[in-house]
Amino acid sequence: MKLLVCLSGLLLSFNCLAVPALNLSEVAPGVYMHQSNEHWPDRHNHGDIANIGFIVGTQCVAVIDSGGSPQQGMALRHAIQQTTSTPICYVINTHVHPDHIYGNLAFKTAGVKFVGHHKLARAMASRAPHYLSRADEVLNIKVNQDHIIPPDIEVKDSLNLDLGNRIIRLTAHPAAHTDNDLSVFDQTTQTLWLADLLFLEHIPVIDGSLKGWLTELDKLAKQPYRLVIPGHGKPVSHWPLGMQAEKQYLSQLAQDIRSYIKNGKTLEQAVSNIGINNPNQWQLAEQFHRKNITIAFAELEWED
Amino acid sequence: MKTFSFILSVLLSLSSNVFAEGDDITWNSTLKTQFFNGKSIEESNDTIDLEVPYRAEDPAIVPIKVTSKLAQSKEHYIKKIWLFVDKNPFPFVGEFEFFPESGKADLAMRVRVNTYSNIRAIAETNDGKFSMSKKFVKASGGCSAPIGANLDEAMSRLGKVKFRLDEGVTAGQASLAQLMISHPNLTGMQMDQITRFVRKSHFIDQLKVSFNDKPVLKAKIDIAISADPNFRFYFVPDRPGELKAEFSDLSCESPVSRDVCKNVGHYSQTYTVNP
Repeated sequence: MKLLVCLSGLLLSFNCLAVPALNLSEVAPGVYMHQSNEHWPDRHNHGDIANIGFIVGTQCVAVIDSGGSPQQGMALRHAIQQTTSTPICYVINTHVHPDHIYGNLAFKTAGVKFVGHHKLARAMASRAPHYLSRADEVLNIKVNQDHIIPPDIEVKDSLNLDLGNRIIRLTAHPAAHTDNDLSVFDQTTQTLWLADLLFLEHIPVIDGSLKGWLTELDKLAKQPYRLVIPGHGKPVSHWPLGMQAEKQYLSQLAQDIRSYIKNGKTLEQAVSNIGINNPNQWQLAEQFHRKNITIAFAELEWED
Repeated sequence: MKTFSFILSVLLSLSSNVFAEGDDITWNSTLKTQFFNGKSIEESNDTIDLEVPYRAEDPAIVPIKVTSKLAQSKEHYIKKIWLFVDKNPFPFVGEFEFFPESGKADLAMRVRVNTYSNIRAIAETNDGKFSMSKKFVKASGGCSAPIGANLDEAMSRLGKVKFRLDEGVTAGQASLAQLMISHPNLTGMQMDQITRFVRKSHFIDQLKVSFNDKPVLKAKIDIAISADPNFRFYFVPDRPGELKAEFSDLSCESPVSRDVCKNVGHYSQTYTVNP
């Protein structure tokens, strides 16, 4: 079996031995997470910027996001095999962004089902050509259409997956961070893998709907999770306290933009003038804040 | 003082060098002959000036603005303004006709920019002269990732129209109007090698704005206009009346050819103005 994995690795032009196992920690019993030290994807980290990992049941392993490069996918797979002999049954993609899906191909073997939001395939179709065209230059990785694997199982509202003495509940959210966000709740440990619906340290990035995101946060705040895993930043054990920074940033942004719209100000004025209350709280504000304003302005000017 | 202005001019020329990163290859090889065959076009900001952000925050929503340097009068006015994003798969953004009744041939909108490119605006005045203003913009992915944020939301309110007159209106004065049209303006660029999702281009192709049946702005536009097209322009409300927007949309088989297209719908919306 190991030989087979190595062979398929070689076919994908990776040297099996050269891919070390990914660094993971068990954040809750049977819940493993790789936390990246970096937030900005570049040619050195090859897109290893998101939190990815897996959950182990008695029958099945469910991978949650496959990483930002084919190599990272291989490293995750390697780490899973070092951790458990339980087979991988599912690869769950929490949304379309490359740092969460570029490792997919490492898991494409018989018996593995890919799982995603019912709008994930559409987002992949419309986004992938652009992402792929930039990967070599931005991330220094080789990826093509084979690495973009749409879900075999599409989640419309919610879906329970039985990993063997362990049920995980997948929820397809309305447009928020993207229009294809999927979260994973592990009932056994009361852990919510929220992925990019929750940002810590890394400034929240809007690629779906600001209004929708705030609505989802309000709903999520009412649940008593023991542990919440963000897409970027450290896991949160105090809930909903752990979402306050993100919520504050997003609601302030909505409030400021609404006031600009109401007063007849233009998108250009909003982009140049709307600031951040606690700029030191966030990394990558320079890269994403004005983009957030732009996309949110275009959304909010149609809200009434 | 002389030293100062010398330094200033050095700085200015440096900065203009820094910003002159775009090339004119597409313009010289294709666009110029395709749209302005045999015409002489002066490159100058004396008739119109084009403003674009140097770095686009969101390549699918890049705000651009043309400011005219002359008031529209029956004797001397800007007849037409063309806009192009050189490096887009379909560079033609639109051609916009103005009238003496427009008051001022200023125009602002949001466009898609697919890659680092020059954007250019060409104006034709009623005396048959052409002048061009161009700017370079750093952006990436505006056309191939167009149905990003929330396509379903955009589809559900397709055809909805809003007028805004945020600066108020004064009788007889050129007054700023904002026209917002809800439309996903699909580019048809998304290559379907992965899934079953094929979206043809579907975009607003004709737009006419009039005030009391006198033309204010007439435009032929294309897929480079961002989703939910948004235009700011001037009109002169000489008396109470109706501002009217009429537009139609088109769906084409290919994103970069307009040979095989079919009309989808016609829309119209009026707005009462009391200066």
